[in-house]
Amino acid sequence: MVQDLGLLKESASQTAGPYVHIGTAPNFLGTTGVYPEDLGISMVNDKTRGERITITGRIIDGTGTPLRDALIEIWQADSGGLYNSPTETRGAADPNFTGWGRTPCDFTTGVFTFETVKPGATPYPDRRMQAPHVTFWIVARGINLGLNTRMYFPDEEKANAEDPVLKRIEHQNRVPTLIAKKDGSTYTFDIHLQGDNETIFFDI
Amino acid sequence: MHNIKPETGGFFPRDRNWHPKAYTPDYKTSVVRSPQKALISFPNTVGEITGPMFGHDLLGELDDDLIYNYAKPGESAIGERIIVYGKVLDERGRGIPGVLVEFWQANAAGRYRHRNEGYLAPLDPNFGGCGRTISGEDGSYRFRTVKPGPYPWPNGVNDWRPSHIHFSIFGTGFAQRLITQMYFEGDPLIWQCPIVRTINDEAAIKQLTAALDMANTIPMDARAYKFDIVLRGRRSTLFENRMEGN
Repeated sequence: MVQDLGLLKESASQTAGPYVHIGTAPNFLGTTGVYPEDLGISMVNDKTRGERITITGRIIDGTGTPLRDALIEIWQADSGGLYNSPTETRGAADPNFTGWGRTPCDFTTGVFTFETVKPGATPYPDRRMQAPHVTFWIVARGINLGLNTRMYFPDEEKANAEDPVLKRIEHQNRVPTLIAKKDGSTYTFDIHLQGDNETIFFDI
Repeated sequence: MHNIKPETGGFFPRDRNWHPKAYTPDYKTSVVRSPQKALISFPNTVGEITGPMFGHDLLGELDDDLIYNYAKPGESAIGERIIVYGKVLDERGRGIPGVLVEFWQANAAGRYRHRNEGYLAPLDPNFGGCGRTISGEDGSYRFRTVKPGPYPWPNGVNDWRPSHIHFSIFGTGFAQRLITQMYFEGDPLIWQCPIVRTINDEAAIKQLTAALDMANTIPMDARAYKFDIVLRGRRSTLFENRMEGN
């Protein structure tokens, strides 16, 4: 006999379902009067430091159809590379930037949009630097466990080439699925759940 | 809150055989929404170890009371009055304080207040179906609601969801982010549901099934159901902090 590790198991995930808006974005849905505003709809204010950007895109299923009932959360560093979190130990992030955004996809077009700032670079555990990136978490009907991916920036070619996460991807021809397209201050990031252009998803 | 430095270790790897797989064809919608290529793994970085936290100033007075938070003054939601309570724990069994827990559900007739909902059961004008709370110092949380009804859904010809409440839970790191569902002890629909059965392990399903707790039931008022939620555990931070130069 040996000692029992005494560990619990993580609660198993279940799909967010088609009605995820009720709990996470009731005002978007039209259920007003319960919460003053939907959580995560605003990441920035007038005092936020850094380069203002818009991130937009769609989530596309295996038939080429955009998901119109998905919910997306993003989590990112501020313009200086710090996260606005009690578990950030490297310094104090910009107090005028939440780093966290949440939005449902449009009920008709499936388009999602975040108004945010371009994040700074952050360290990998071995202290190499990671290229600026935004973490995505996607839940929806038909998705049994939230999907994690990252959006990288096309105007960071050198940093992307040295990024420890991108470098460990065996099939380098898939790396472009993680890099947004830039048009002015707008970055478009379409996420493909299946197919030839299936986006890289991560086990974090 | 105690003035203890927050833990910043990496998380235990997710057991992806315990969670449902992405491709579960008996739950038909998963077929074209499931990634087919292998996930890419990498060690937790600062972006996975950190996560958003929310203060109590976020919460309205009735956010944890679905019986009244959408009801007209002097009225209340129709249905079986229940209290759902438990703890947000990590895999080491420690309560996680100060984390946001959101919940949403159908009304007592099994009808959701949602534009895409087509079930013929009636809406309750006094029931919105959403609530939220923040865990206490020991990870405990509670809310009051009505027991949601089961409902039919278009998957197979005659599939019914068991009564359930959806939960969205934030941990202290974004890699702990979890959405799941709570089921009710004794519901015969649990074991027939294609969504429940996306989970392969019977023990994992039982872990999502809340127990009726008559000891904590309020006489002549509301039955209690106990539902603990477990998020990923953090590795001991002692050496990892040193590595990071803290």
